[in-house]
Amino acid sequence: MSDLNINQKVSEMLQRSEANAQQDEKTFVRPEDELREVVAPDGSIIKINPLYDYYSGERPQEDKPKNAIVEKFLNWARSESIWVLGFGTGCGSIEIPPLVTPRYDMFRFGVQMRATPRQSNAFIISGYLSVKTLKRVIRSYEQMPSPKYVIALGSCTINGGMYYDSYSTINRLDKYLPVDVYIAGCMPRPEALLAGFGELKRLIKEGKGEKANEYARNFDEYKANQKKIIKDWNMPDYNW
Amino acid sequence: MSIYYKLGYTLLGLLIVLNWGMLMSAIFRKIVARVGGRYGIPYYQPWIDLIKNLGIRTTLSHGIMFYLGPVFRFTGAVGLFLFMPVLFGNEAWANFSFQGDLVLILYFQLFGMLGMALGAGEGGHPHSAIGISRGLAQHAAIELPMTMGIIALAIQYQTLSISDIVAAQQGSVLNWSIFTNPIAGVTILLAALGAMGHSPFNLVKAPNEIPIGPPTEYHSTFLGILMSSGAILHVMEAVLFMNLLFGGASNWFEMILKTFLIYFYSVFVGVVYPRFRIEQSVAWFFKIPLLLGIIAILMYSF
Amino acid sequence: MEHARLQLVNKLFNDRPKSYKYNLFQMKLLIDRLTQHYNLTDYKQQRHNLAFVTVDKQLSPDIITHLRDYEGFSHFVLLSCVDWIEDDKLQLTYLLNQPNHKYEIGVRVLIDRKNPEMVSLHKMWKQIWTYQRELHEAFGIIFPGSPRLEENFVLEGWTEKPHMLRDFDTKEYAERTYFPRPGRTSNDPATYMREKLYPNQPVTAKTNKND
Repeated sequence: MSDLNINQKVSEMLQRSEANAQQDEKTFVRPEDELREVVAPDGSIIKINPLYDYYSGERPQEDKPKNAIVEKFLNWARSESIWVLGFGTGCGSIEIPPLVTPRYDMFRFGVQMRATPRQSNAFIISGYLSVKTLKRVIRSYEQMPSPKYVIALGSCTINGGMYYDSYSTINRLDKYLPVDVYIAGCMPRPEALLAGFGELKRLIKEGKGEKANEYARNFDEYKANQKKIIKDWNMPDYNW
Repeated sequence: MSIYYKLGYTLLGLLIVLNWGMLMSAIFRKIVARVGGRYGIPYYQPWIDLIKNLGIRTTLSHGIMFYLGPVFRFTGAVGLFLFMPVLFGNEAWANFSFQGDLVLILYFQLFGMLGMALGAGEGGHPHSAIGISRGLAQHAAIELPMTMGIIALAIQYQTLSISDIVAAQQGSVLNWSIFTNPIAGVTILLAALGAMGHSPFNLVKAPNEIPIGPPTEYHSTFLGILMSSGAILHVMEAVLFMNLLFGGASNWFEMILKTFLIYFYSVFVGVVYPRFRIEQSVAWFFKIPLLLGIIAILMYSF
Repeated sequence: MEHARLQLVNKLFNDRPKSYKYNLFQMKLLIDRLTQHYNLTDYKQQRHNLAFVTVDKQLSPDIITHLRDYEGFSHFVLLSCVDWIEDDKLQLTYLLNQPNHKYEIGVRVLIDRKNPEMVSLHKMWKQIWTYQRELHEAFGIIFPGSPRLEENFVLEGWTEKPHMLRDFDTKEYAERTYFPRPGRTSNDPATYMREKLYPNQPVTAKTNKND
C-alpha cells in the first residue's frame, strides 16, 4: 500500500469520527447472507435472499388471553413452572449457579434452567449488558415462545450502574426489551434473585405477565431504539 | 369381551400408566435432588410443567415432519402399551397382545426414536443431526445385547408371546426367568440401563450438552407430547422387563411395585455413576452385555 | 530431616540474589551489545529481568528482527499501545521474551498521533496480526498489509472515533446514545457512609486518608 493511500485512509477515518456518517444497511451484511443466484437441478435460476429466505420476515402478533377462567388456571401453572434460559450476559450470571445448589435450591419454587430459548419462559439479564451482547439477547428473546418474562438483575440494567459512562454498555434495559421485574443491587445476592422470582410469580398470577404482547404492540418503538445502538444490524427485524 | 369395553379399558389403562410415569419421573428428580443434598421439586411438578407447556401461545413449525416427530414418538409409546399384557391372567388388561407380540414390541421401541430423528432433522437447529446420529448409534448398541437376551428367553420358552412367557413363570419366585435363565436376565438388565436413559447413558438428551439433541427445537405442545410419551415409555419398558424376567404382575399394586423397583434400579445406578460419552457407552455395551447375550443364545442353541 | 530442609531453604535463599545479579548482568550485556549496533533513544531497567528500550520508528523492525534472530527472543508476548496526548504521540510496546535466560525486553516505539501508522510485523510472529487488528480498532493505527485489519475486533459496527483515544469522550457518547435515566445521582462511598452511618464519629487519619 502506498503512502498516499494511507494518508487518505487516515483522513477518511478522522472525517468519519467528526461527521458520524450514516451507514447504509448493506455495509454490514455478512458474505454468507448476501443476495445470490443459485442454479436449480432443472436449470432454472433461483434468487436467494438468505435474510428473508432462511428466516421469517413477519412481525410479532399479539396473543391476547382468551377465556378468563382458563387463563387464570394457566397463569397459575405458568407461575409455578418458570423455565429460565441459561444465558449469562454479565457479571451477575455468577449469582445464578448458586441457585441450583443445596443452599438456595430454586427447584423448590418450580424454577428450572433450560438450554434453549425455544423451551424457556424467563430471561434473566444478569448485570451490565454490552451492545454486542444485546444483539444476541434480542435474538434469543424473540425466539422464546409467548408468554415470556424478563428479569433485570442489578443496577446496571436499571440506570447503568457503575458502568453508566461506558461507551459499550447500555444504561436502561427497558428501552430495548419489556422488563417484568427489576432486582436492584450491585450485585444482588441469590436470595434477592429468589425474591425476584417470587415477585414474578405474583405478577403472573395477577395476570400482569403480558409483556410479550406489549413488545408486539410497541414493536416499532423498541426496534427503533435497538437499531439506534446496534449499528451492524445483519439479521431480520424479528427472529422467529 | 366387546371391542367397546376393550377400548374403554385401554384408555383407562393409558391414563393410569401416564400418571404413574409422571409420578415416577417426579420421584426420580426428587431422589437425584436428595442425593445432591437439595430439597427438590414438588411431587406435582411434572403435571404443572405439562399444563404450562400446553398453555404456551406461540407454536412454530418447521414443516410436516417436524409435526410428525412427537406424534411418532407418542405412537411408539402408545403402541408399546397397546400390545403389552400389563396384568397377567386378566382379559381386560391384556390389551391387544397376541401370539408374536414380542417382535412387535421390539420394533415399537425403535419406532419413536426414528420418528424423532426424522422430525428433528427438519428442525432449524444445525446441531440436531449430531444429536440424532449420536442417539441412534447408542440405541443400536443398546438394542443388540437386549435383543439377544430376549431371543434367548424366546428360545428357552419356545414362544414369541409375552403372555406365554409370563404364564411359564408362575407358581414360585424361583420360576422367574431371572432365576431360571440368569445369563439372559443379566444381559437384559444391563441393556435396560441404557434403554431407561438415565445417567451413564443419557448424553443424547442431556440438556446441558452443546447439541442438546433432538428436542432442541421442540417447544409448547410438541414438548408436552414428548414429555407425556416419555412418561409412558418409561413405565412400559419397566413393564416389559417385569414380564420377561420377574414373573409379570397379577394386580395393579404388584405391577406398580415391580415397575417402581425396576425403574429405580436404573435411577440409582444413574445417581452413582457419571455420564458416559457416546463412544464410551457404545464400547461398554459391546463388551460384557454383548458377550453375555451371545453366551445366553448359545446355551439354548445346543 | 529438619536439617536437610533448612539446607534446602538456605540454598534457595542464597541462590536468589545470585540469579538476580546474573540476570541483571546479562541484561546489561545485552543492552551494551544493542547500543553497539543501534541508536537507542531511551533505556530503562524496570526489574532485574525486564528492561524497556525506546527506539526510532524506522529502526524498530530491524531491532526486533535482530533481537529475535541473534539474541534468542523467540517468544512474542504482547503488543500494546499508550496514548500520550500531551506529547502528540502514540507509544507502541512490543514485549519480547527470552526463554533461555528468562528475561524480557519491551521495545517502545513512538509514532505520530496525527498520522498513526506502523510497519506490520505479522510475518515475524503470526499472532501479531490479531494485536494489530485490536490496535486498529481501539486507536485507529494503520498497519499496511496486516491481514483482516479492517474487520471488527471487539465492537461491532463502530462508527465513531477509535474509542481508546483519550480525546474520545466516553461519558458524552454514553449520554448521547444510551438514554441516561433522569434523576440519577452518584455519591462518593466513603463520604456518603460517614455522613449517613457514622455522623458523630470524628474524622481521623484512619477514617479518611485524604482529609
